[in-house]
Amino acid sequence: MAYRVVHYINQFFAGIGGEDKADHELEVREGVVGPGLALANALKGEAEIVATIICGDNFAAMHSEQVCAAVENACKQYQADLLLAGPAFNAGRYGTACGMVSSFVQKNVGIPAVTAMYKENPGVDIYKKDLYIVETGDSARGMGTAVPAMAKLALALLKGEQPSKEHGYIERGVRVNTFYDTCGAERAVTMLLKKIKGEPFTTEYPMPVFDRVEPRPAVKDMKSATIALVTSGGIVPKGNPDHIAASSAQNYGEYSLSGINDLTADKHQTAHGGYDQTYANQDADRVLPVDVLRDLEKEGVIGKLHEMWYATVGNGTSVANARRFGQEIGQKLKDAQVQAVILTST
Amino acid sequence: MATIVPISLSVGANRIIPTVSIPHPLGNPTLDPAAEKQLRRHLVEKALNALQTDVTEQTVFSGE
Repeated sequence: MAYRVVHYINQFFAGIGGEDKADHELEVREGVVGPGLALANALKGEAEIVATIICGDNFAAMHSEQVCAAVENACKQYQADLLLAGPAFNAGRYGTACGMVSSFVQKNVGIPAVTAMYKENPGVDIYKKDLYIVETGDSARGMGTAVPAMAKLALALLKGEQPSKEHGYIERGVRVNTFYDTCGAERAVTMLLKKIKGEPFTTEYPMPVFDRVEPRPAVKDMKSATIALVTSGGIVPKGNPDHIAASSAQNYGEYSLSGINDLTADKHQTAHGGYDQTYANQDADRVLPVDVLRDLEKEGVIGKLHEMWYATVGNGTSVANARRFGQEIGQKLKDAQVQAVILTST
Repeated sequence: MATIVPISLSVGANRIIPTVSIPHPLGNPTLDPAAEKQLRRHLVEKALNALQTDVTEQTVFSGE
């Protein structure tokens, strides 16, 4: 018996209309619609698209709970074994909707989902950890390669196979245990020899890719500028009131500098578990230079030291958490009209 | 302001001031308190100077 698949698409690929129909309310139709026809062919009779969910991109963005619930119901009603969503190419709202319903269905219906997007679709960053997202071109011209790739990955998941690199999904950052014939030392030396010879080699542990940010212009008038202090060195009030973890921090703290001219051992400490805490606990100014900035404030070198400081522990902290802390702290400092930040790191 | 400059470069910091050491980037416990504070002030002044300097790419302010 063929596996049963439900397919999610937007108003455009359903042939209903473009931007003017982006408010199209979610509807469920039996059988295939739009790109579902090609997908059904690529599934080669091993799986059947039993129903298609069509939803306008704006409707999905504005009624996310309702849409997720409707997709869940449709998957249950049609006894789906898997959800396909998209391909969304570089359509941002569509990609985000595909990611949202796929992730929801995996969690709440307990069936796998496959979606497909261009690597820069904003849906990729949000959902790649939870989902198999097949990498596509940036427009519907990539349909011809997206469809067979989605079908192949869907069939692998339906049969309980472990997808591999050949399935062309966007790297999820998930490490899987595997066995090799040779030990790590031997593989490392082989890799090194290839590197020395200038031959191509593939790392077993790719490094995360970090954002690059355009440098901000110089501060023009330091004498009237408000300067903030932020640290990943874990400087917190004594007792670590926000329980910032010594490693793999899940949060950051926001603390008042009001009335503080100098950080002292009786009132301040570090929460960081990745370096010898002795020196920071004796005098936390060694990590967060409050004493010096107060002097410079008094002398009029800077306008003002911002009244709050922000601290987390940069010790095995995930890039995702660090990015979130950075965005939140950045927004708060912007709202407080801070001109510049000194970020200290241990 | 950090001691391991290659990390600051890899994470994309644009204005980088190399500091003293990992457990005390802005201090040196072997100095007497006044000299230590002077060292810290010197480093913070370098940071303020960096903030007042236009840069077009990642820049390490390693000079005095």
